[in-house]
Amino acid sequence: MKIAVLSGKGGTGKTFVSVNLAATLGKCTYMDCDVEEPNGYLFLKPEIRAEEKVTVNLPAFDAEKCDGCRACVDFCRFNALAYIMNRPVVFPEVCHPCEGCAMVCSRDAVSFQKKEVGTVYQGASGDTEFISGTMNIGEASGVPVIRRILEKSSDCDGISVIDCPPGSGCMVMETVSEADYCIIVGEPTEFGKDNMSMVFKLVKGFGKPVGAVLNKCTGGKNPSEEYCIEEGIPVLGKIPFTRNTGNLSSRGEISCLADGELKEIFISIIGNILNEMKEGVIG
Amino acid sequence: MKKILILSGKGGTGKTTVASAFIHLLNSKSYADCDVDAPNLHILNRQQCEPETEEYCAMPKAAADRSLCSGCGLCGEKCRFGAISYDGEGKAVINSFMCEGCGVCEYVCPQKAVRTEQVVSGYTYRYNCGDESDPEIPAFSTARLKMGEGASGKLVSKVKSNMKQLDDESIAVIDGSPGIGCPVIASVSGVDFVLVVTEPSVSGISDLKRIVKTLKHFGTPHGVCVNRWDINPEKTEEIEKFCNEENIMVAGRIPFDEEAVKCVNRGISIADTDCAAGKEVRKILQETLKILENR
Repeated sequence: MKIAVLSGKGGTGKTFVSVNLAATLGKCTYMDCDVEEPNGYLFLKPEIRAEEKVTVNLPAFDAEKCDGCRACVDFCRFNALAYIMNRPVVFPEVCHPCEGCAMVCSRDAVSFQKKEVGTVYQGASGDTEFISGTMNIGEASGVPVIRRILEKSSDCDGISVIDCPPGSGCMVMETVSEADYCIIVGEPTEFGKDNMSMVFKLVKGFGKPVGAVLNKCTGGKNPSEEYCIEEGIPVLGKIPFTRNTGNLSSRGEISCLADGELKEIFISIIGNILNEMKEGVIG
Repeated sequence: MKKILILSGKGGTGKTTVASAFIHLLNSKSYADCDVDAPNLHILNRQQCEPETEEYCAMPKAAADRSLCSGCGLCGEKCRFGAISYDGEGKAVINSFMCEGCGVCEYVCPQKAVRTEQVVSGYTYRYNCGDESDPEIPAFSTARLKMGEGASGKLVSKVKSNMKQLDDESIAVIDGSPGIGCPVIASVSGVDFVLVVTEPSVSGISDLKRIVKTLKHFGTPHGVCVNRWDINPEKTEEIEKFCNEENIMVAGRIPFDEEAVKCVNRGISIADTDCAAGKEVRKILQETLKILENR
């Protein structure tokens, strides 16, 4: 079973919830899909045993064969090709490697070269299997790296926790489409509520079962909790805001390992997810 | 007009909190929210009028006509984005979330059963409450990407081109996205200065290093401020040491302040109250302005 941990807004505690869930479960797989800014490794401190470069196919042009017909330039909807100084030129940053340029070329002048866009890491932290990836600096899209991480996860048995990127765009969608259950992590602000609603709509669009973890609860007004009640989103658990939890996380410690009460909260969150899934299957 | 962009790498460090304080303190007449994936600045926007809303079409998406599809499988074979599957009768089904609109399926289909059509990928909003040509009337440009869409970079560029143009000396403030990818790269282009808001944690530091590398890659001038610095003073020192080594200006430290959360929930900026965080953000603005003047 794959559990995706989402939030919409950044910094509400996706990685905090993901690593604490993984530590509470022990035997499970943790996957960090926030390939732009991965942080899970800072907490799980895994031993990395395998590293794999992720590549995409970039077009290259044989100037001898090219007759300057510009069919490729006209075909490319990403504006990644231009005809300059009598030859086609590629702008690698905007190329979405669809390979259409090669298909439309009547002179067989297009070949492909592999371009490295990131790296996927596999390892272990105690009983927890660890998979993460990084997108190379200056790249626009982390999607190829995320896809490779998710492909690797298909070999994993048991429960997998997917630590997702923020937002509700294409990268988040990739991870949601793979999930069996989605957790939205909320914080008690109007910002958190607004972004929670965006992700909730995305998850609902995919028809995935969903629950919320309310993080940084202070006892004061909690707009995210109000939203959960309005929309009927089950609240799987509420994590109180304490300076101690904040300080443990700031040092890269997994808080539930140092705080018995927090561990109980995570045990109950896991129980609630399993119950939700059971009801879902029967219902 | 000079443009200050607020970024962070890690999400939730306080970009919007700092951006809204800057807008208020500068009494800026042009500002924007480029976090089109999860916009928030509108919550603190003071303009009372309804925004001008426009649909934004970035890329087309493929659509298959079942009655024409012969089920030959060519489109699925050639699609590099895994967007095409086949139903029980072998007819092509397009997953529009996965489709990037490249047009390959349309090109290869011998039956002309697949076509690409324009779709709305998001909405732009312009708050312009009064005479647009009056330089004293503030204008706010923002947008919201439709869920699951991939055109965030193009939408960010649209938000920026929708901004009100001011004279050379005036300052515009832009709130950015977390991360280092597509929307961030689009927001960085053409700005005069980036202020990175970070937090004193292992995650904050790791993400700060990646956004700084990205800004160096694009050659954009930048500085750093540490939010909630007293949550972990040792990590704050580590950040400032890193900045000194990398020759990055440290604009200041904002203390942890429960008042800041209350401000957000009341829809006001921290510069509106006399709180400790609000005082510090004034100093950070002064440091940022000094850098802008010297450029």
